Amino acid sequence: MIKDSYDVIVVGGGPGGSSAAKNLAKLGHSVLMLEKRQEIGSPKRCAEGLSMASVDVVGKGMPKRCIAKGINGAIVYAPDGNSVTVDYGKRGGYVIERKVFDKWLAYEASRAGAKVMAMTEVTDILKDGGYVTGVKASICGEEEIEIKAKVVVAADGVESTVSRKAGLETVNKLVNVDSGFQYEMSNLNLEDDEKIIIYVGNEIAPRGYIWIFPKGHDVANVGIGISMAEKSAKFYLDNFIADNPEIFGSASIIEVNSGGIPVGGFLENMVLDGFLVVGDAAHQVNPIHGGGLKEATIAGEIASKVISGCLKKGDVSKEALSDYNQIWWEERGKKLKKVEKLRHVMEKLSDGNLNMLAKALSGDALVEMTRGNKLVTLAKILMKNPRLITLARHLL
Amino acid sequence: MAWEITKERCLRCGACVSVCPVLALELRESGILNDSGKCTLCPICERVCPVGAIRVEK
Ligand SMILES: Cc1cc2nc3c(=O)[nH]c(=O)nc-3n(C[C@H](O)[C@H](O)[C@H](O)COP(=O)(O)OP(=O)(O)OC[C@H]3O[C@@H](n4cnc5c(N)ncnc54)[C@H](O)[C@@H]3O)c2cc1C
Ligand code: SF4
Ligand code: SF4
Repeated sequence: MIKDSYDVIVVGGGPGGSSAAKNLAKLGHSVLMLEKRQEIGSPKRCAEGLSMASVDVVGKGMPKRCIAKGINGAIVYAPDGNSVTVDYGKRGGYVIERKVFDKWLAYEASRAGAKVMAMTEVTDILKDGGYVTGVKASICGEEEIEIKAKVVVAADGVESTVSRKAGLETVNKLVNVDSGFQYEMSNLNLEDDEKIIIYVGNEIAPRGYIWIFPKGHDVANVGIGISMAEKSAKFYLDNFIADNPEIFGSASIIEVNSGGIPVGGFLENMVLDGFLVVGDAAHQVNPIHGGGLKEATIAGEIASKVISGCLKKGDVSKEALSDYNQIWWEERGKKLKKVEKLRHVMEKLSDGNLNMLAKALSGDALVEMTRGNKLVTLAKILMKNPRLITLARHLL
Repeated sequence: MAWEITKERCLRCGACVSVCPVLALELRESGILNDSGKCTLCPICERVCPVGAIRVEK
């Protein structure tokens, strides 16, 4: 069923992998995508939120069954209980079903001509003369086999070891990885089932936030992302749930998820001879809201174009593949680096500062900021407080 | 002197793997593997684990 060699092997069957595999197959290359899990997309490591701008990138032609619920905005609660309401406008966004969605992406990759293999774990990288030349993999737990490729794409998520085995340093700093924990809950008492709800505050979620992403009726993903905290993410989320019986008093837990979210530490170099890394494995996530679906998909698209060009020229050296670095930094990296700055500033704000911001900021400004725009507006507000001037300067 | 994981708690999310500075950890479908030859008991992985499944004692 599997050939001895391919133009490209993609390690990991998440959105980044499927994006790369689909586009490379469409460009006429032979592609093998390997996924270690027995089922693509499950268990999810995601709150499943997708803005409409992201849907345009990730979900073109997405079947209805991928969508759990349409969303028309967000409510962000400051520590003092005051809130900012964000109106997403007519287009809104979705909370999706990752399990259905990721599988659909993989179907699409296979329909484009890529060969997809679930329950196939890549255990090592093959190298020859400095070039990555393929992988060692175990299919359904059987003895490892060697499969050759001209280029290997690491799309192996936050737990990526493939890059490091290939010789690319991708270890992230503890400060750049959020600890994520989430329950999918039912029988919740939601104030508005068409809005995502966010709670910020250093007591409830150190250097992060708590979210409620509604999935229809009384069901929602209830989760937390924090960093450098005293206790585990689960500890803080359990406390929050216990402290808010009006929402959670009658609720049940239907699924338990955890995950690491790379929220910074973008890589200057993401290529080696015959090798390239995309998605969470390359820390390509929005550092403020932790959304990575769109980023992984865009990176997969950029990677496929660059790899295709290199294959056609017969040069898959690091130098040739480094167009991927340039294009990614130009198209995404610069913007995300700004968002990373915003994160560094937000992390240092006290609960009092956050309360003040909730009063001063409009919902629209908030949305623009998460995209790396209008940071000057925020800087100006912060500068009104003499003690925050130095911090605010980082945004300029 | 030990690195310990409570397997029953681990949700196989891979957060720990992403921060281990010495590539001692690997997330296999069978669970987390720790290469004790490499592990320096630093204990960064313990701090990132969302469910407190890892315990490191120097
Ligand atoms: C708690 C939490 C909430 C989040 N919420 C959102 C959200 O609301 N919206 C959003 O856009 N993003 C969100 N994200 C981020 C988003 O889930 C990721 O950015 C996205 O899944 C990245 O896609 P990827 O393809 O790079 O990696 P993944 O989706 O992680 O895919 C990697 C795949 O590689 C496989 N793999 C790993 N190693 C191997 C190997 N050796 N051999 C074979 N296969 C391997 C894995 O099993 C996995 O299936 C969230 C993340 C977390 C943790
Ligand atoms: S204790 Fe440090 S070296 Fe050992 S596995 Fe954890 S992060 Fe790696
Ligand atoms: S971070 Fe914790 S839950 Fe996640 S894989 Fe590592 S030990 Fe398991």
